[in-house]
Amino acid sequence: MSEHLTIYPIIVHLLTAILLLLFWMKPQVQRYISILGSAVGIVIAVLLFQRVWENGIQSVQLGNWEAPFGISMVADTLAVTLILLTNIVAFALSIYSTETMVSSRVKFGYYAIFHFLVMGLSGAFLTGDLFNLYVWFEVIIISSFVLLTIGGRKIQIEGAVKYFTLNMISSIIFLTGIAMVYGATGSLNMAELSRIIPEIENKGLMATISLVFFIGFGVKSGVFPLYFWLPASYHTPPAAVSALFAGLLTKVGIYAMIRVFTLIFPLGETNQMILMIISALTIFFGGIGALVQKDVLRVFSYLIICHIGFMVGGLSLFTEVAIIGAVLYMFHDIIVKATLFMMGGVFYRIFGHTKMENMGGLMNNYPRLSLLFAIPLFALVGIPPLSGFWPKVSLFSASYEQGAIFMLIVFIFASLITLVIIAKVWNKTFSKNPTTLPRQKNLRYFDQFSIREKAAFIVPIAMLVGVTLYYSFFAEHFQLIATRIGEELMNSEHYYNAVFKTKEVTEL
Amino acid sequence: MKSVILNTVSKTLLPLLILFSVFVLLRGHYLPGGGFIGGLIAAVAFILHAFANGLTETRKLLRIHPGFLIPVGLLLAVISALAPILVTGEPLMTGLWHDKDIAILGKIGSALFFDTGVYLVVIGVCLTIIFTISESV
Repeated sequence: MSEHLTIYPIIVHLLTAILLLLFWMKPQVQRYISILGSAVGIVIAVLLFQRVWENGIQSVQLGNWEAPFGISMVADTLAVTLILLTNIVAFALSIYSTETMVSSRVKFGYYAIFHFLVMGLSGAFLTGDLFNLYVWFEVIIISSFVLLTIGGRKIQIEGAVKYFTLNMISSIIFLTGIAMVYGATGSLNMAELSRIIPEIENKGLMATISLVFFIGFGVKSGVFPLYFWLPASYHTPPAAVSALFAGLLTKVGIYAMIRVFTLIFPLGETNQMILMIISALTIFFGGIGALVQKDVLRVFSYLIICHIGFMVGGLSLFTEVAIIGAVLYMFHDIIVKATLFMMGGVFYRIFGHTKMENMGGLMNNYPRLSLLFAIPLFALVGIPPLSGFWPKVSLFSASYEQGAIFMLIVFIFASLITLVIIAKVWNKTFSKNPTTLPRQKNLRYFDQFSIREKAAFIVPIAMLVGVTLYYSFFAEHFQLIATRIGEELMNSEHYYNAVFKTKEVTEL
Repeated sequence: MKSVILNTVSKTLLPLLILFSVFVLLRGHYLPGGGFIGGLIAAVAFILHAFANGLTETRKLLRIHPGFLIPVGLLLAVISALAPILVTGEPLMTGLWHDKDIAILGKIGSALFFDTGVYLVVIGVCLTIIFTISESV
């Protein structure tokens, strides 16, 4: 039984979702099941991580069909680390949702869809087959569309239409890319493709196909120029949903990009150039966008775009150190961005809105809360020793060593503009005096909460801040993981051997 | 819509259509058919009944809320997919087969249960959608 550990992260959330569907009309029971399911998810993710760390890349052939014919599920270090982080975020959000999600939304199946989404994410990280990756992307899109529209407010529908249209288009582009790969090679197994593609003589065609994939994943991860669906939709749903989206959805696109561009189509010079320019533009437009926004949630949305640029930029440099930097940045970003949007939920309960001009005084009124909130904000800027600092070390040194001064300037610009944005957010929400607005009638405010309700808001945030602090002060652990990921990604034979089991144990 | 002809026919057609849907479900392993199309046919049977006799009558006939079939069907499908892990230690979704033939059904295996799960989910989803729409009209 335990030799199939690789696919359990998917099964856990599927079973949790089914159980939740059986208790459709009992919101209170659903809350407990969801927390329990997510906790089991963490345990399994830890076990899988340990297994992969000790024994190298694990793979399972679904249906017992031999490798290139069936669907392979492959757990390498990158995938399992992401699954672990996904489950940690999911657990925090399960707790966070207990008080923030009203019962009527739970009765519309919020928790079940939430777990289907986490299942989709785990599947996308684990799969070793291009078409299967597309299927998991569909699972993610459909679940996220339901989560976006649950509640059915006008603003939500408006955001969801933009979100859905663009994601659908990106899926079609991705599917076209898959068809082209299949036409050119006759296989969709990623491990097999890593051997077939280098032998194909028509390099121009392969470079073109790889760019089709880049467009498909780029829309999903929100890179320039097709990022505008993201700030249009991410501030509309309840805080728990936007936290999940902010932390993980764009990162799946980046994950797919890293996987495809290291394993299947190693980047050539031209593509490197294109990725560099796009990452620079993403950082520029995301940063400028965040600077002019007046709503705190929209500022955070634009920051997501801005920081996607770091990961694409790291990938574009395409050296081991740069990939390590990109992966480290992704780990940091997953936790911090989820925390930011959860904080957005607390802001909403404190002020009754998220407009920055009428916020303020958080430092005087809630000093301990401010201290807690300061950590993710400062981590985002990358003030040493907080978590944002460490990936930047790798990214800066990689671009310097490679002589890519352009990228170095772009990264420095991104760090500075983040600093300016965070300083602005800090000034407007934490220090200046608030303008008192009349309170909304049917909204319970933070100071009216019982201890239990406050805990449901603050404990998960504190948990994720704890992870951020762990990342900050024990960065060498993450560095160790990322080093191994970099080694695995840059040498595709580890992946190939694990899928085709040419050697019993793939040693590192 | 009150029509004597439709009313009479629907009562005869309901068991026939359900029988046909089961037939389509069972032949689906090698021949055209399977859980999805079988489920659609079964759903059509109930929808026809609802059109002829009204929603309340069909609800009474079904006894349970059709939405309840979704998790049940999913659970059946997941268990049949998990069965190889639990029984023989083979990977997820490996087909397990009973060695002896069973009357009428022939050889049965885990694939049949997976398909039955799909069948139930499709009935559940279709009826939930149609019932919800016709309620709000």
